[in-house]
Amino acid sequence: MADFLLELCCEEIPARMQAKASEDLARLFSGKLAEAGLKAEKLTSYVTPRRLALIAHGLPLQTEAVSEEYKGPRTSAPAQALEGFLRKTGLTQDQLEDRDGVWFAVVEKPGRATSDVLAEAVPAIIRAFPWPKSMRWGKASISTESLRWVRPLQGIVAILGTDLVAMEVEGIRSGFVTVGHRFHHPGEVTITSAADYAEKLRAAHVIVDQAERQAIVETRAKALAAEAGYELIEDGGLVAENAGLTEWPVPLLGQFDPEFLQVPPEVIQLTLRINQKYFVLRDKSGKLAPAFICTANIVAKDGGAAIVAGNGKVLAARLSDARFFWEQDKKIPLAEQAKKLERITFHEKLGTVADKVERVAKLAEWLASEGIVPGCDPALARQAAELCKADLVTEMVGEFPELQGLMGGYYAREEGLPEAVADAIRDHYKPVGQGDDVPAAPVTVAVALADRLDNLTRFFLIDEAPTGSKDPFALRRAALGVISIIVQNRLRFRMEQVFLAACDDDLDEFGAVFYDRIEEKLAAFFADRLKVQQKEAGVRHDLIDAVFALGGEDDLVRLLDRVHALQSFVETEDGVNLLAGYKRAANILKKEGVGDTASTGVAQTGEEDPGASLDDPAVGDAMRAHDAYMPEPAEAALIAALDSAEPRADSAIAAEDFEGAMAALAILRAPIDTFFDDVTVNAPEPEKRAARLALLGRIRAAVHKVADFSKIAG
Amino acid sequence: MADPAQSLSFQDLILTLHDYWGKQGCVILQPLDMEVGAGTFHPATTLRSLGPEPWNCAYVQPSRRPTDGRYGENPNRLQHYYQYQVIMKPSPSNLQELYLGSLEAIGIDPLVHDIRFVEDDWESPTLGAWGLGWEVWCDGMEVTQFTYFQQMGGFDCKPVAGELTYGLERLAMYIQGVDRYHDLRFNDAVGDRPAVTYGDVFLANEQQMSKWNFEIADTEKLFRWFRDCEAECKASIEGGVPLAAYEQAIKASHVFNLLQARGVISVQERASYMGRVRDLARGSCEAYIEKNKAGWEAKFPGWSL
Repeated sequence: MADFLLELCCEEIPARMQAKASEDLARLFSGKLAEAGLKAEKLTSYVTPRRLALIAHGLPLQTEAVSEEYKGPRTSAPAQALEGFLRKTGLTQDQLEDRDGVWFAVVEKPGRATSDVLAEAVPAIIRAFPWPKSMRWGKASISTESLRWVRPLQGIVAILGTDLVAMEVEGIRSGFVTVGHRFHHPGEVTITSAADYAEKLRAAHVIVDQAERQAIVETRAKALAAEAGYELIEDGGLVAENAGLTEWPVPLLGQFDPEFLQVPPEVIQLTLRINQKYFVLRDKSGKLAPAFICTANIVAKDGGAAIVAGNGKVLAARLSDARFFWEQDKKIPLAEQAKKLERITFHEKLGTVADKVERVAKLAEWLASEGIVPGCDPALARQAAELCKADLVTEMVGEFPELQGLMGGYYAREEGLPEAVADAIRDHYKPVGQGDDVPAAPVTVAVALADRLDNLTRFFLIDEAPTGSKDPFALRRAALGVISIIVQNRLRFRMEQVFLAACDDDLDEFGAVFYDRIEEKLAAFFADRLKVQQKEAGVRHDLIDAVFALGGEDDLVRLLDRVHALQSFVETEDGVNLLAGYKRAANILKKEGVGDTASTGVAQTGEEDPGASLDDPAVGDAMRAHDAYMPEPAEAALIAALDSAEPRADSAIAAEDFEGAMAALAILRAPIDTFFDDVTVNAPEPEKRAARLALLGRIRAAVHKVADFSKIAG
Repeated sequence: MADPAQSLSFQDLILTLHDYWGKQGCVILQPLDMEVGAGTFHPATTLRSLGPEPWNCAYVQPSRRPTDGRYGENPNRLQHYYQYQVIMKPSPSNLQELYLGSLEAIGIDPLVHDIRFVEDDWESPTLGAWGLGWEVWCDGMEVTQFTYFQQMGGFDCKPVAGELTYGLERLAMYIQGVDRYHDLRFNDAVGDRPAVTYGDVFLANEQQMSKWNFEIADTEKLFRWFRDCEAECKASIEGGVPLAAYEQAIKASHVFNLLQARGVISVQERASYMGRVRDLARGSCEAYIEKNKAGWEAKFPGWSL
């Protein structure tokens, strides 16, 4: 047994790629070992900006000898068959065994030296390494076939036990020698074995373990913040990035002019974090502190004074740019800025951003005045919508696009616009993704909804609906946003009504969108998004299907209430039994060819009552036959139960009390069970049979008032 | 920096870099006598990075970015500034060490100042070029763009060239410890001949050129110039003079930048203009390769496009 050390030394690996590369190396290496029948007791991975390293602990020095047996042709087979077998096995005829008239070949594969396996495996891993972006370099790059690596590969250390595993990749030969810290230890570092790798490099100012560097960055940064009387705003991504940019991390604290704190804190944070990779601090009151922590890669001779001064200067220049943008932008009212949107194309077929803003403003105002967004002042909705994209042309958002919305909110407040308008400008992009806050303030809701509904309608109108993995205008996300906003705020409206408005009441467009597209595409698209969203929220998808199958429902709030009531109901004992009774009834009806009325061919115009199409002629005939004989007691009981349950379910549904409707149906459970126990549906008398089938039809129809139970599993 | 009085003046910074890179085997060239947006546009980089012949050179390139003009009022932004450009083909295996040596030569001690190589991939859509590399940080400030060219004019670089682009004003401000480019010492006083500042030399230029770029330049003429350069470039490609064609491509690129500064190119048009400039640059590179290919193949057996 021996430990194997591999180090691949190269020019600075981008910080964001290091963790994945380290995992890839371990995975590929284990794979190559496994192919040779080897397994290390343990793998340890290290990564720094300049090296990927791995230690395989406890490797056997030899692979196991393997004996493989192949069955060949019969000894009586033609000569060609034998020749073929010999070619395949690489043996001669006298090496074969004759076992009861069949040739057998036994091929002995001796064990190989592990070092030979490694000498083949490592170059193969290097040549096929899955870097997200790789490059060629140097003399060899005169051919495009030359080795590719993330940045020029400089050296390979490969030591098994204390012996070199000799290999060569593109002129780079393995050895015992690597490099230390770029500035603290410019000379070579000679490694003896895996055992002294980490410590020898530590002596050369390189901490090879990324977790250790991260811990240093984090603890030291926290301590520096505390010493200055501040608190570090924790940022795991930044810790990892700084540990990925340094081999010997030294966090240092610097200050900036508190005057800059007039600029919105988000701007300062972005400048520090994204542009400079500095940690941000807050003071005791929770406000941003006029200080930063940068992470140097050296223990500076002057204790870091020059580094702090230099970084402070760079930061001051950036912050004064930011302050300049802030001051400049504040001078121009948003309404003035919004005029510049006329110069920006939204989409070549959909006009300028100004055109879009006007559509959104009109729709937001309408949503408010129709009461679709309750408690929303239509004038404020219009005002907020008209200004909601104005910050796109500000200097600040030009510099930091991720601040769109937020800056508009700040500028609106500075201008003294109503709070509701400023909030709506700030928050109308929300929710950005799953789990993001969903707006609740009425004006924000109106603008957020109008913005998305406009996108959906307009892009569907110009045939830019998402297909497969392509969704360039993020319409799926827009639809999910619409759903979240509607559901969380319990906004009550019919989708078609709103899409008619989104078409600006243009009957031609509405006709085209509504009959040619929304009917087939946008409605189905919304249904799909809703299913996805509900599935993620833990709702059984067969229940969603059962409610959707009713059709005619495009009030999302009512639809989901129905789904949720159904979900609680089918989990009760009554629900389970009613479902069983329903299935039995439906199966008999199916066998008898009595058509299903509720779950097929229901138009989705929203006008239909799913129960209204009950005038199935077969059912009608059977109903009329009903009075021709005396029903049996169980039959009579079921009729009575239906007579009582149906109106109760109807009125509960009318009141949108779906739990009440389910409860009303639940009383059918016992009479149905007794009916199936005591009564023969397939009676020899045609009128009895018809009447009983009709009764089953009533059960099915009653249950379908709530959902199409045939879609429910179980 | 430690002692601003002893730090290099702007011109000594350039002379020190010339001396340093000259000693590494670089040809020290003079700037291209045309308006360009960056040192990379110099044919000594663009065209010379194509083909198999070794090429090592260094030069200063005055660079013009009309949209960056601030009428001389911004302490950090200029519409005319200098880049120091080093190009080494094939990229030497110790290019990083050579580069760090140049920083020491101009007085940056890497045990006092924090030097870092931070991922930054470079791409020039108008040149049809890209490469991988870093921006080099000195105490958090980007002082150099360090790139291994992978493609130029849409062609694979065979072999790859290493390119270093130093922002000279920034570097000098850092070394001299000044906060405004105006205040940079351009040279040092000798006897009774006084030192001159960068502002003395260039402030008026910034003021007037900003005004011309943003307010005065006649856009109709600019549009015409663009069309003329485009036509001339194509004619030169036809005529078998790719070097002349490339010059016209550079001119078209600069005229496009001026049109941008005048704000007369809409968003959609912008992409289309950039596409036209790229076609000119690519066409010139292609013609350059066509003209030299046979010679390269003869001189470098095994090399192919």
